[in-house]
Amino acid sequence: MPADRAAASAARPRETGPAHGWAGLSRPALVLIVLAVLSVVSIALFMTLGAKGSWSFVLSFRGKKLLSLLLVAYSVAVSTVLFQTVTNNRILTPSLMGFDALYVLIKTAIVFFLGVGALVSIDNQLQFVMEVLVMVGFSTLLFRWLFLGQERSLHLLVLVGIVFGILFRSFSQLMQRMLDPGAFNVLQDTLFASFATTDPTLLGISSIIVFAASVVGWRLLHSFDVLSLGRAQAINLGVPYKRTVVTILVVIAVLVSISTALVGPVTFFGLLVATLAHSLVGTSKHRYILPAAVMLAVVCLVGGQTLLERLFAFDTALSIIIEFLGGIVFIALVLRGSAR
Amino acid sequence: MRSLLLAFLATVILAVVSLFIGVSDVSPLALLSGSAEPRAVEIFVASRVPRTLALVLAGAAMAIAGLVMQMVVRNRFVEPSTAGTSESAALGFLVVTLLAPGWPLMAKMGVSALFALGGTALFLRVLKAVPLRDVLLVPLVGIMLGGVIGAVSAFIAYRAGLMGSLLAWNMGDFSGVIRGRYELLWIGLVCCLVAYVAADRFTVAGMGKDFTTNLGLDYRQVMVLGLVIVSLVSAVVLVSVGSIPFLGLIVPNLVSLMVGDNMRRTVPWVAVGGAGMVLACDIVGRLIRFPYEIPIAVVMGVVGSALFLYLLLRTPRHAS
Repeated sequence: MPADRAAASAARPRETGPAHGWAGLSRPALVLIVLAVLSVVSIALFMTLGAKGSWSFVLSFRGKKLLSLLLVAYSVAVSTVLFQTVTNNRILTPSLMGFDALYVLIKTAIVFFLGVGALVSIDNQLQFVMEVLVMVGFSTLLFRWLFLGQERSLHLLVLVGIVFGILFRSFSQLMQRMLDPGAFNVLQDTLFASFATTDPTLLGISSIIVFAASVVGWRLLHSFDVLSLGRAQAINLGVPYKRTVVTILVVIAVLVSISTALVGPVTFFGLLVATLAHSLVGTSKHRYILPAAVMLAVVCLVGGQTLLERLFAFDTALSIIIEFLGGIVFIALVLRGSAR
Repeated sequence: MRSLLLAFLATVILAVVSLFIGVSDVSPLALLSGSAEPRAVEIFVASRVPRTLALVLAGAAMAIAGLVMQMVVRNRFVEPSTAGTSESAALGFLVVTLLAPGWPLMAKMGVSALFALGGTALFLRVLKAVPLRDVLLVPLVGIMLGGVIGAVSAFIAYRAGLMGSLLAWNMGDFSGVIRGRYELLWIGLVCCLVAYVAADRFTVAGMGKDFTTNLGLDYRQVMVLGLVIVSLVSAVVLVSVGSIPFLGLIVPNLVSLMVGDNMRRTVPWVAVGGAGMVLACDIVGRLIRFPYEIPIAVVMGVVGSALFLYLLLRTPRHAS
């Protein structure tokens, strides 16, 4: 395979640019290979390191956790990259726009208005599908209002998004405080998820939904690169703009719901991976960026969780570290962007 | 002047209402006629009056701190919680609680104020790297810087098992205010008075460094005075009741929509407005699920972020 790749890139040197690294591979291909190796290594370490007792138990127990981490890594990476493509910038992400806070708000509102009975009596998976649908509806509305109307400056959008996130969070807190303690406990059980304690009951339905969303996204793959040129160019080049953007937005909303349901809100993870992917790969072609971002997310999540859990015995600190690094990356991005 | 008097009256009415809301039965008539039970009097003096005073003091001080900060940074959208100041104050309080738990509260508050000052200085240092002072970029960088500092605090608190305390400091709540536990807030009043006396200087400083120097004022000195006021108020409020988000942002902006930007004129408005808003939010928090209470930070988070959104989207800004 590397020989074919090398021959192909030698035959069309312009497509990947002049940067040829080790063994004649182009830079994006090299980056992808390195990332793939790192992902496999971190997955192997996650499954085996520090295992005691029966292997069949360890493998199935950790396998479930691994699957949820992989689903989260995939959802966050793909949704962030696509969101940045659609909005044509490198700073905004779905979680900065408050999409994951919106998911928590919807869940809280269900308990608040329909009562805790709704949460208990309706089948878990059916309920999840319903929440995802509501989420898709609301986030599409919000997005259409902010992006498809008049032109607004990027900084205004980011700031509005962040404040919307704070509003959603405050509203959830307000409703949670008004619930009676029993109902609050039930709600907290369904919302309490983190990298260390993922929610295993939703794995099956999540996998199916992620797969379906990916199929939809896959069929639009050809238009991603064109969309990233901006609205005017995309329309000029024959992309049915509104329809495509709304479809992609639905995919994003679905993926955000999945990751929030599995591990709770994480503000900066997507920004971190997408930024790293862009700077490592060095091209903005989605067939390189998307897999690179996904594998980076896998390395960060699975590798980071292994390191913290097995070596340092910090159970839930991964999200704090991600927030810390992500905040710094964000400030650097904003400052660099405005300096230009 | 007359409308200011009306606003003042409205705030006084809110304060009186706040005095007589609560689970225990304290009736104003009985208190006045002297026929109240000793227990009711005790509750009134030890809990209701301190709480109402704390609300007024904290509200006025936070709103003034926001106003001063907006003048000094020359940006309408900064306040202690959008500049990393509140988060730095919390970090300082956390550090001193871990390293010197035996210190008196006053000393701890001092350390917290020093951290707040340092955090604000860091924020201004970062802003210097922004050559193009986009109005919206400043609060954006501030909120994120606050997030980074908050993550550092969360990490330390997590390792030290103090997550609960950190959550309490970040969640302003007046339900724990009783006699003997709010007096530090009087420092906030002193800060307000200093801000009023120095109001003209801040107004001039708000017009820029060159302009200030031209008028014969020491720009650096005015800046330092402003930052000290802001840090002290943030630390005092954080240590006594926990941080109250968005207050310093909403009140001065609403006031400036009504009466303009001359700080000598706006200071009384902002002080009265801040006190009134905090009183109103606290009363809502106490009534909405009576007899239980909802912390003011939650109510203020909803009201404040909604009003902030209104301020941001009020006029369609042309794309820059």
